[in-house]
Amino acid sequence: MTSFTCDESVSLCEGNMMEVCGSTDSCLREFGCEQSLLSRPDGSASFVQGDTSVLAGVYGPAEVKVSKEIYDRATLEVLVQPKVGLPTVKERSQEQCVRETCEASLLLTLHPRSSLTLVLQVLHDDGSLLSCSLNAACMALMDAGLPMSCLFCGVTCAIDADGRIITDPTAAQEKESRALLTFAVDSTERKVLMSSTRGSFSVHELQQCIAVSQKASEKIFQFYRDSVRRRYSKTL
Amino acid sequence: MAAGFKTAEPLEYHRSFLKENCRSDGRELSEFRTTTLNIGSISTSDGSALVKIGNTTVICGIKAELANPTVESPGKGYMVPNVDLPPLCSSRFQAGPPGEQAQAASQFIVDVIESSEMIQTEDLCIERGKLCWVLYCDLMCLDYDGNVLDACIIALLAALKNTQLPEVKINTETCLPEVTSEKKHRLKIYRHPVGASFGIFDDSILIIDPTAEEEILLTAQLTVVTDEEGRLCSVHKPGGTSLSGEKLQECITRATTRQKEIQKLIDKVIESVKTAQ
Repeated sequence: MTSFTCDESVSLCEGNMMEVCGSTDSCLREFGCEQSLLSRPDGSASFVQGDTSVLAGVYGPAEVKVSKEIYDRATLEVLVQPKVGLPTVKERSQEQCVRETCEASLLLTLHPRSSLTLVLQVLHDDGSLLSCSLNAACMALMDAGLPMSCLFCGVTCAIDADGRIITDPTAAQEKESRALLTFAVDSTERKVLMSSTRGSFSVHELQQCIAVSQKASEKIFQFYRDSVRRRYSKTL
Repeated sequence: MAAGFKTAEPLEYHRSFLKENCRSDGRELSEFRTTTLNIGSISTSDGSALVKIGNTTVICGIKAELANPTVESPGKGYMVPNVDLPPLCSSRFQAGPPGEQAQAASQFIVDVIESSEMIQTEDLCIERGKLCWVLYCDLMCLDYDGNVLDACIIALLAALKNTQLPEVKINTETCLPEVTSEKKHRLKIYRHPVGASFGIFDDSILIIDPTAEEEILLTAQLTVVTDEEGRLCSVHKPGGTSLSGEKLQECITRATTRQKEIQKLIDKVIESVKTAQ
């Protein structure tokens, strides 16, 4: 993997691009992405948020097992591989969240009776893992060139003991927090596609967190746009 | 004729009802099915409850065992919830290891227990670092007709309220635990979380408490869990189409009233069990 620096620089590595969004604003950690870094999958991406890093690969549209075939749309399968050991119940529930978010944004009806497989390999978990997985998934789907109705991104908010909201928390901040909320936001209307929470919180805090996530999502969508533009400006 | 239409065009069938602001089973859009509760259904378990929401049936049994506390938290006992969706309850589940839905439901129940702090795990500790209670909470769906998460939370809460643990003392001479089965005490439940599930039909119509037929056609599902103080314990939306802020607020308000209804129901059933004894 290419090493990268803090400022908004672009480095080229065998046709692949590694980009970094410098975090001048303290609300999100420094994040970066590399697309089509694997040769076998139809689309791949690795997404880095601070020290959290997830690698995603997409296969498909391909042939589907008869038992999983759906007559009017493609079957999407999401596999989450943890850094160590075998997938547990926690990974299953993450898979469900990522799969249903992708299903909402992908135009699956364009590929009936076929299968799409999205594999997410956790490389390192330092908090906000679910949001990083969502971002990696979206970048990989884009890289695979699958038709989508909108893009999506994940934002994690932690509410600490004093009631302050921290976006994109590290593992240590997550541990100290009173509540942890992860949202997936869509790119067209900035509405909430997915919500997964831990800990108890008030209605007001929920609304605040949604507003903060929607604001933070702008940055991530801008990053998606910039990175895709840079990538294709070289090839076209 | 109607039966044929339902099988051939289920989406159109349900749409024709929703257009008239009602549902195929005669309910309004924001109406729950009848919820029935039976507490203490399994006499051999330490606590149990059976919940029916319409046809959906979930039974919960609680088994308490003595165990060693974990090294990370020597002053705490622990709970092991498990949701089982056997092939008996619906044709969509196969025999063998638990499927994704069952595993996701188990994880959801674990999250609700932790988030709501309904039980202080310190209460389950008998002697620090040596002995504690472990509560195996087994939730089994007997009939799957949608909205299994709500039923699971109610069953779990009612079963925990029904649980009685015998008194345990550690003999100072032999260092072995001695159980006094005659002296039993109830578990202290600190908070009462109750869930309310919603479905989004055709990206816009919000329905409450979906049946299995409706669940297949929904574009998104949402479960809101609140406690008696109106605090949110979980806002679980695993994906699907997006939801506006106003709709979400509507769901939260409905979930709060649902919590009050269910808590009243549980209290009433517990009271009737006490008078019967």
